[in-house]
Amino acid sequence: MPGGGSVRAIRDRIKSVRSTAKVTRAMELVAASKMRRAQDRALASRPYAERMTAVLSQLAAYTAGGDGGALHPLLEQRAVQKMSYIHITSDRGLAGGLNANMNRAGATLVLRHQPNVSAITVIPVGRKGRDFFARSGMPLAAEFTELGDFPDFEKVRPIAQIVMDDFLSGAVDQVSIGYQRFVNAAVQRPTTRQILPIVPPEAADGAAASSVDFIFEPSPERLLQTLLPRYVEMQVYAAILEARASEQSARMVAMRQATDAANEMVGALTLAYNKARQESITGELLDIVGGVAALEAK
Amino acid sequence: MPLTLSIVTAQRTVLERGDVTKLVVPASEGQITLLPSHAALMTALGSGEMLATVPGGVESIAIHGGFLQIVDDQVSVLADAAEHVAAIDLERAEAARARAEARLTGRDPNIVPGGLDVLRAQSALQRSMTRINIVRRRRSPTGVPSSRA
Repeated sequence: MPGGGSVRAIRDRIKSVRSTAKVTRAMELVAASKMRRAQDRALASRPYAERMTAVLSQLAAYTAGGDGGALHPLLEQRAVQKMSYIHITSDRGLAGGLNANMNRAGATLVLRHQPNVSAITVIPVGRKGRDFFARSGMPLAAEFTELGDFPDFEKVRPIAQIVMDDFLSGAVDQVSIGYQRFVNAAVQRPTTRQILPIVPPEAADGAAASSVDFIFEPSPERLLQTLLPRYVEMQVYAAILEARASEQSARMVAMRQATDAANEMVGALTLAYNKARQESITGELLDIVGGVAALEAK
Repeated sequence: MPLTLSIVTAQRTVLERGDVTKLVVPASEGQITLLPSHAALMTALGSGEMLATVPGGVESIAIHGGFLQIVDDQVSVLADAAEHVAAIDLERAEAARARAEARLTGRDPNIVPGGLDVLRAQSALQRSMTRINIVRRRRSPTGVPSSRA
């Protein structure tokens, strides 16, 4: 029977594409619910970030005037000889161009700074970035993988601790961080920014803030000492929360596209299947008709 | 005019109230009491219990380090960690305390005396003690009843 084989092959293909679509659809739903949770966490951390920034700008206005480094070592601006870059990606793929884009942005930053500094080390957070920089032979100062989809503050603190220790010991003069900023569910933007030395945020209502006559307990310098490390930790934490929300939304979109593509393919294959089946039936009919005609001719 | 109080940590907003008439705070230099119309103040926080007097009772919150600012009766607490007394898990706190004590009494061979791990264990011990003490005080028969009794 001609064509029977191809009919079966197409039918098997349809089956397999259908089951792929089922898997990608399930992954889309999982990513959608994780995205919501990741977004909620990013939002929940915002009040702390906002108040911290406000307090720091007020405190900075009070203690301003002098050289930052004299006030607190984390504020010290030095000639940049050595720098460190925290590169945040996801551990898992299937997230469209998310990690490739982030890796490209990270590589761009490294290449831009490389001619101007004597050494640049990368601290990858997430397997995709770790693999990328390890392959390219970059020196990795430390690496953090498998932080999970919803890392808590305590898990993130060691990352900030490492770069603060390196900065304070003089091992690096500047630290930047790169992550996928969550713009909305469809758009993520690779973003890099400096986190050390700390550039104190400008007071939103500058004059008004510094005109308040605060009592400081113990002293403004001691308060900076407790606040500044928290500020760095908070920035790293916020970057990771955004990166996680971006990861889930990118995965959700990628999986939706995969599901759509699979369903389209099922449509095309079904058409081909019907055609092939029709052809084989027509062929069989012709055989029968031909056979009957031959019998009648006798 | 009552105080507006908001206690936030990096992970969440722990408490937000606009009707606090008195606030007792574990500041780093000792306990202080804030009443409405307090002078503008910024202070570091120690570990301990924060008591907010509100209409109809007292809110008790365990605070573990951080920062407090009061300006124009607006109190912002940026806590390293904080939880409402009703949210404290006593069993977990007891377990954490036992763990920290085991580390500090040298039963853990991985701990180098005077190292970073000791500091960590000490602060873990203090956090767990703060939690346990607050729970004991607040959930006793005469105190605030436990929400998960």
